[in-house]
Order: sequence, then structure tokens, then C-alpha cells
Amino acid sequence: MYKILEAEELTTNIYKMVVEAKRTAEACMPGQFVIVRTDENSERIPLTICDYDREKGTVTIVLQTVGASTYKMANLKAGDSFHDFVGPLGRPSELTAESDEALRSKKILFVAGGVGTAPVYPQVKWLKEHGVDADVIVGAKTKDLLILEKEMEEVAGNLYVTTDDGSYGRSGMVTQTIKDLVTEEGKHYDICVAIGPMIMMKFVCKMTEELEIPTIVSLNPIMVDGTGMCGACRVTVGDEVKFACVDGPEFDGHKVHFDEAMKRQQIYKTEEGRAYLAAKEGDTHHGGCGNCN
Amino acid sequence: MDVLKKVPVSEQEAAVRATNFEEVCLGYGKEEAMEEASRCINCKNAQCIKGCPVSINIPAFVEQVKLGDIEKAYEIISESSALPAVCGRVCPQESQCEGKCIRGIKGEPISIGKLERYVADWARENGIVPKVSAEKKGKKVAVIGSGPSGLTCAGDLAKMGYDVTIFEALHEPGGVLVYGIPEFRLPKESVVRTEIENVKALGVKIETNCVGGKSVTVDELLKNEGFEAVFIGSGAGLPKFMSIPGEQANGVFSANEYLTRSNLMKAFDETADTPLMRGKKVAVVGGGNVAMDAARTALRLGAEVHIVYRRSEEELPARVEEVHHAKEEGIVFDLLTNPVEILEDENNWVKGIRCIRMELGEPDASGRRRPVPVPGSEFVIDVDTVIMALGTSPNPLISATTEGLTVDKRKCIIADDENGKTEKEGVFAGGDAVTGAATVILAMGAGKAAAKGIDEYLSGK
Repeated sequence: MYKILEAEELTTNIYKMVVEAKRTAEACMPGQFVIVRTDENSERIPLTICDYDREKGTVTIVLQTVGASTYKMANLKAGDSFHDFVGPLGRPSELTAESDEALRSKKILFVAGGVGTAPVYPQVKWLKEHGVDADVIVGAKTKDLLILEKEMEEVAGNLYVTTDDGSYGRSGMVTQTIKDLVTEEGKHYDICVAIGPMIMMKFVCKMTEELEIPTIVSLNPIMVDGTGMCGACRVTVGDEVKFACVDGPEFDGHKVHFDEAMKRQQIYKTEEGRAYLAAKEGDTHHGGCGNCN
Repeated sequence: MDVLKKVPVSEQEAAVRATNFEEVCLGYGKEEAMEEASRCINCKNAQCIKGCPVSINIPAFVEQVKLGDIEKAYEIISESSALPAVCGRVCPQESQCEGKCIRGIKGEPISIGKLERYVADWARENGIVPKVSAEKKGKKVAVIGSGPSGLTCAGDLAKMGYDVTIFEALHEPGGVLVYGIPEFRLPKESVVRTEIENVKALGVKIETNCVGGKSVTVDELLKNEGFEAVFIGSGAGLPKFMSIPGEQANGVFSANEYLTRSNLMKAFDETADTPLMRGKKVAVVGGGNVAMDAARTALRLGAEVHIVYRRSEEELPARVEEVHHAKEEGIVFDLLTNPVEILEDENNWVKGIRCIRMELGEPDASGRRRPVPVPGSEFVIDVDTVIMALGTSPNPLISATTEGLTVDKRKCIIADDENGKTEKEGVFAGGDAVTGAATVILAMGAGKAAAKGIDEYLSGK
């Protein structure tokens, strides 16, 4: 059992939890993820690592409720425990493999959207600890849905917040901010790391392709074991089929086949996909979609 | 009684079992077992033992069954095997012990597998557990993976007095016994869990949720955690696909995914949280045991199921018994048929599989006749689900994070057959991680050999 030390609702449907998980805390690096199960009947849910404390042996996770399993998770309070918590899974961010010198010579831009702000945070923090100030764009639909602003401010070089409805910070999508920074405000970036909803990453990649900024994205497809065994997380990158759990989760965004990845995500993960599955299954549908039980 | 024939074993009727996940084979009762055992002629130079990868003293245990002393029979099996209830169910006996049985020359061999199963089930029902070693060596050994090779290696080392910890990546120990082989062939709660408990009763500790090569590396185990040797039994790993158009459509699964959802995550049970698409018409591509398991699972979940296999029945790699059971249950075999494309609907969900007829040509490197496509013979099978059961390639998680460990062309860890030794000092390996996908019992044999190798290594240290 893995004890939850802190649990907090960051904003509507987004929760942050600090969990006792010694091995993961000791071994994890920015860019990696964990798989968590609430109880012995639960699904294995991949979640991003938002922070970690090697001395205390804790890992901070952030989750967004999307279906029955994540709602069950969100109900847990400090003092409760997860039945299973395994990690770190996936490969560390490629930036962490570079020398401090190489990193300092680069201008790095992070683009975070919604709950994707959580996995961006440990990367920016890690860079800060290695003497690198990275610029960060955080996008949210509206002011109330913005998360981790204060934390990000402490570790980012420049932080640009933008809201779709203009209720806070800049107004508009993250892609607009990228374009403004580069074309209007004289910024130059050598590399961009974008993490957020698949549709956001797709459009960020379109924009950075135009601006000729190499871009890394972090994918969160459907997974079961998270160790390369099931192949559910396969994505097409360039001409190759990759497994996000062992080859990723970070990939060259300009090569990722986003439309296919979004469609593959539907099967159990989105309302639309699950409804379609239920209709297709008809009388053999049994509610395992997480929607109807 | 006809001494040339096996005492028949009762099974759930095909029409009934096709709709449930209860075990297909019901096993012998005591009288049947004793009668079958009495067919054994107790050869002096017993060939059956040579056919067993873990060298169980088969004539000796069969003799005890004949005499009705099942506890003694269990003791004899336990000297060589930690998982008899598993092996009695899933070993390919026809090509191992039973394949060598002298009785088999003129008639049917002794039903060694069913007898082993009977003895192990009897021991479980009567609360008999293997004996614990009194001697303690005071040396720690780490085992990565709790599948057949890891459990066997750990059990043997514990019997010798070593302090053994198994590290398992998933939330449940058992490896392929838990995620791969379905309930109707290998009951999880009664059979697998009990045998794992027996291994634990020998003093073996199991840490779940610990991914070798990720949560902890082999070097960390050796340097920081006080282990003097490490056995890697991490299994086969990454599923293969065909690289044909449409393979990324929704409704195309690897057999690993399909079976893991159903077996490990219990998605066959309607109360489980984990979803599993329940198709109406399913094509399973491949002809091995995993293909049969996936097909028979899909059938039980309510689908019409087709096995699509590019060679003929003779070349099916699956056990004869599995093919026989699958046919009885109503699985359709589309043999000499190879998929060329998966057809998708407008939402990218599977709507069919385009196949081409094959014919057998000259033998290839494997000695089997090579299937060649028949020009112009393409046709479509309407299906909503495609399950790819084409085998796996080794998982790179450990080889990529362990310095000094070498792998071959296929990315399998290089280890000595005799003792499991790898090229890295103190590190041993066995099972599918070394051989590529094979059988439970071969993995157990490798675990056993490695336990001996580790003992020799640590005794000389």
C-alpha cells in the first residue's frame, strides 16, 4: 500500500496528491510517469510525475478526472492509500541527458496546456537546478482552471500565462503566444517542449514547424502494463510504430501522427469513443467502459 | 480396462464451457489416478525423466500414486518442481515426458500430466506444503520477474538456504501464469496463487510494483542492496505486429493486451473496472498457444471467432489439446490464410480483414514448408476485432540499463544453458528473456539450472 500524505483539489476536476513511494522517488527523472491503482478491482492508470522528494521518499502526482477510475482516485484523502503505485516508467526527458554547458547554450521554451502543466513543472525545475532558465507558456481555458502558477513562477525564466477567454494573462491559445513571442517580441528558441491535450500539441507542432523550432511532445495514450508488454500505447512516429511506454513518452512532435493518436485514444478514454464502443458492442456491452457502472 | 489406452479424464462439455471461464479439464479422481498409474511399467532406464526439463522422478511418483500414497508422490515431485499444479495443466507433455514414454510406442503413453495435476491438487486440498530448508546460508539473491523461471529459481535457492527476494513489475506475482494463460486453462485463485504461496512458504519474499531496470537496476541491487547474485527472468515482452495497413485502427489488439485485460485485470468479469472491447466477430492472427488462448477468451466473451493462420493445420505451433479444445468449442480455423490489410470504417474502427490464400512451397529455415501467396485469391472476412498473436520480442528494459550484460541479434540476453551465467559477474538469466517466447516448463528448467549455477557461484565465493 502507498500512503497518500497530502491531497488537494487544484481546480475543477484536477487533483494533486503527495504519495509515499520510496523506490519511484529515488529513481525517477523529469519526463517519466507512474501507474497507479486505487484498489484491487481498479484499472491501472498512467499518471504524470509532477514532483518528487528523494529524501522523504515521496512522489507528487496530478490527475484529472475523466472516467469512473479517476473519479474513484479523486475521492481519496490524505491518510488513505493507493493499492498499487509503480514507477518510474518511460524514458527520462532527453534534456536531462545533456551536459549543463550544452543546456545553458540553448534557449528552451516549454508550452503547457491544462493538466499538462504538471509534467512540465519537474522539467523546468530540474533545469533551474542545473542553472538553466527556461521560458514557459502556460495555457488554460479560463483563469479558474490555471494550475501550479506560483510554483512555475519560482522555477521559470519568463512565465507567460494565457487564457482562452482572456480572463487572465494574455488572451488566446498557446499557439498565439508562441507566435507573438517569436515574431513580435524578438524571442528566439532552439527547442520547444509541449505537453498538454493531444489537440493542443498537434497545433503547437504546426506552429513550431512554421517557425522552425524543433519540438518535443509527451504523449499519454492508453496503456495497460506500462512496461512494453501490451502494445496498447503504440503510436506512429515518422514511418515507425513506437510504444509510448518504453520508447517514449516523449517524441519528436514534428513526426508524431497526431490524428491517428487521437483516434486511438478514443476507444476507452473519451466520452465519444466509449459511447461508440457501447453502441458497437450492443448486447455484449457490460459497462467496463467506466461510463455506465 | 485397456492398458494401451489412457484412463479418460472428464471435461466440461464444449457447449457449456464455451460460455464460461471455469476450468475445461476437470482432472482425475483418486481411483482414476490409481488406475492410470497402474499402467506404468516402471522402466529402469526411464525415458520420461529425460523428457522433463526439470527432471522430475516420474516413475517414482507414479509408483506412489499406484500405491495410493499421494502425499509421498507430492514429496517426490516437490524435490524437482515448485509448480506442479501449473505444469500438470500447461506443459506440452506430448512432446516431453509423455512423448518419450515407452507405453506410447504401442498405444497411448501414461497420462503423466494429468497424474501430476492430480497429485498437486490433492496436496493443495489437503493442506500439504513443501518442506522448508533448515540450513541458512546467510546470502541474499535477487530474482527479477515472478514468472515460471523466477519462481522456480527462487524456490530452489530458498530450499538450499539462500535469502531470496523476487522483484515483480506488475501488481500481482506470477508473470505469464497470471497475465497470459486464461482462467479456463489455469485457475488463478486456486492453482496459481496457491503455488506462489508455497514458494513464499519456503521463505521467498516478493516485492510487487518494482520494475527491474526502472524502479531499481541490477547494478543497484548488487551494489546498494546487499544482493550477491541476481537472476533475470523478466520474460519475453514486446508484442509483434505485422506492419500491414490498418493495424493502428481501434479494435486491433495484441494478444498480450487482450489477454492481460481479461486475465490480470479480470475484464472477463463484468464487475472489474478495466474495460475490454467485446467484439461480435473476431479474427485472431497466429497459430500458437497464445492465439488459442486469445481465441477461446473472445469466444467466451460472446464472439464468433476465426483463427487466421498462414500455414496448414500440421504446422500449427499450438499444443494438440488446445487446438482440439478450440475446435470443439466452435472456433473457425481459416488455415493457409494470411492477412494483407485491416479495413477501417469512417471512425477508424475495424470493419474487416482482407486476407490472401496461401499454399505450401519448399521447406524454409525452420524446416516447415514455406507458405506462398496464391495470386488473385484475396477475400475479406467481416470482423470488428483483430487480435495479433504473432509472438513477442524481448523487453529491453533490463538489458538497456545493465552495463556488461550482452544480448544477441534478437535482443535476447546471452546466458549459458547449463548454469544461467551471463557475461556479467554475479548475474544469471533464463526463460523467455534468454530464449525468446517459449513454454512455461522450459522457463522453469532454465530457472532450475540457474539456481544450481548461482549456488555454485556463491559457494565458491
